[in-house]
Amino acid sequence: MRRKISLSTVAVNLVAWGLAALWALPVVGLVMVSVRPYKEVILQGWWTLSGHFTLDNYVNALFNPSYSLAQSYVNSFIITIPSTIVPILLAALAAYGFSRFSFPMKSYLFLALLLIMAAPQQMVVIPLYMMLKDMRLINTFQGLILIHSSWGLAWITFFMHNFFEMLPREIEEAARVDGASDITIFFNIVLRLSMPALLSAAVIQFTWVWSDFFFALMFLISPDKYVITQRVATLRGQYYIDWGLLSAGSVLAMLVPLLIYALLQKYFIRGMVGWTVKG
Amino acid sequence: MRYRGWKQFLLFVLPAYTLIAVFVITPILGTIYLSFETESGLGLDNYIAVIEETSPDKALVYLQGMPRPPPWGAMVHNMVWIAIHLPLSIGLGLVLAYILRGVKGGSIVKSIMFLGMVVPMVVGGLMIRFMYDEFIGVVPRLFALLGVEGILAKNWLIYPQTSLIALILGSVWLWTGFNLTVFSAALESLPSSVIEAAMIDGASSWQIFSRIVVPQLRPAIMIAVIMTVLWDLKIFDIVYVSTFGGPGGSSTVLALVMYIYFARALDYGRSAAVAIILALLTLIPGIWFIREVRKGEKKD
Repeated sequence: MRRKISLSTVAVNLVAWGLAALWALPVVGLVMVSVRPYKEVILQGWWTLSGHFTLDNYVNALFNPSYSLAQSYVNSFIITIPSTIVPILLAALAAYGFSRFSFPMKSYLFLALLLIMAAPQQMVVIPLYMMLKDMRLINTFQGLILIHSSWGLAWITFFMHNFFEMLPREIEEAARVDGASDITIFFNIVLRLSMPALLSAAVIQFTWVWSDFFFALMFLISPDKYVITQRVATLRGQYYIDWGLLSAGSVLAMLVPLLIYALLQKYFIRGMVGWTVKG
Repeated sequence: MRYRGWKQFLLFVLPAYTLIAVFVITPILGTIYLSFETESGLGLDNYIAVIEETSPDKALVYLQGMPRPPPWGAMVHNMVWIAIHLPLSIGLGLVLAYILRGVKGGSIVKSIMFLGMVVPMVVGGLMIRFMYDEFIGVVPRLFALLGVEGILAKNWLIYPQTSLIALILGSVWLWTGFNLTVFSAALESLPSSVIEAAMIDGASSWQIFSRIVVPQLRPAIMIAVIMTVLWDLKIFDIVYVSTFGGPGGSSTVLALVMYIYFARALDYGRSAAVAIILALLTLIPGIWFIREVRKGEKKD
């Protein structure tokens, strides 16, 4: 009996770690290609450990005058940071409103959020393209920030609402008795208590905006405005694929979300799946 | 909670809802309008045109008989995507969430499998290309080593017979981590006494899994199924960077066809019609999602 159990434990461990290795393979492979001269990779395969290791691919990708990855990196940050802060602040306000005050047809207003969350980006981009053109915001960072911010509001409001519903109200009530206004209570008490949830929302919204490709593809037209995902997607060569360049670009593009994930994993997971299992 | 005036509600909700009204709701209505707009007033011309379209890069479905290797039309491709990707990623996620409880370093395995959710989808698409690459890719190399000849030992993405399935398998790699994480979180919130009691009663692992774990996780499974279907319907980035729907339209998807009408054909009306068709399909899991959320709220 004992023996049988340990045998199945071994099998289970093997399967689990085998799958983990399989899942890590593309990332490991891409990193390997990125730090070796592509000519060598073609001849030897990236899985060999002999040969040269160099950062040439990165230098080439970052500072090539005809496709500056460094520029699009900066662009990504310029767009992603405000597109994270603005919707989180506005959504937290809205979520608090939903959770503490009443209004006719409130539940329908709230349900609208869920439908928006399910809607594909394709459903809004054509009229947005025309609107941004009229507002002279097409091909500008401001325009894209506005759209990312608006698009993020629905899910963050939903997420923060779930959190506020669980937040005990005694402190707020006490402050209200002391004569604090609703706005004061929200900014001085509620937001402070909500830091973990706000951080979770920020981590996910940041990662999503950083990783977005479709909105950028639709609304940023000139190459000097390209964000990193757009830049990497257009790096693919015309006649042959320079995987040295592509892999370095890919690693750079995923570095920021990977770092966030590594450093803030708890918040990341909570933001991504926390709202699916109601606490 | 006692009734508190609507003024506060408006104060808190208005800023967010103004942005939503202007930049989300208005364009949604705009897309609906555009899709019905024709030269002679409102009509279904755009819808008829996109459904009857037969050029491989834009076709949604072939009503007169399906060609044998793809292209089958973007809508069919999305359905095939769901039919293969949904059971694979849900099943794998469930089984793994269950067995990882007894694995040393299970949380590391989980973190690794979640990587696909962390990398931008554009990079995910490039990784798929990388894995299938004729010269440096692992997949063709593996099949060559196994002595298989033909397409499987070459770049799967450049043959109409294999491009779609190659992308779908890649998407399993990208998405399974999400389902696994949802199920693990749900499993942790299960009282462990239930499983222990069944073990003492001599139930096999499989019995515990199929009779206790799966039924208990039903709400989490529902959410994961909904999210997976939504993701499959909206798939765009990985197709754009790895095949752009090719070769010969054999791996197009709805979101890509919508983009092709917009950016290549400059036909906003038809592009909007495809967007509406896609949105209607997402409404099915969307409404299901609302019902699940409401059910959860009633329970509280």
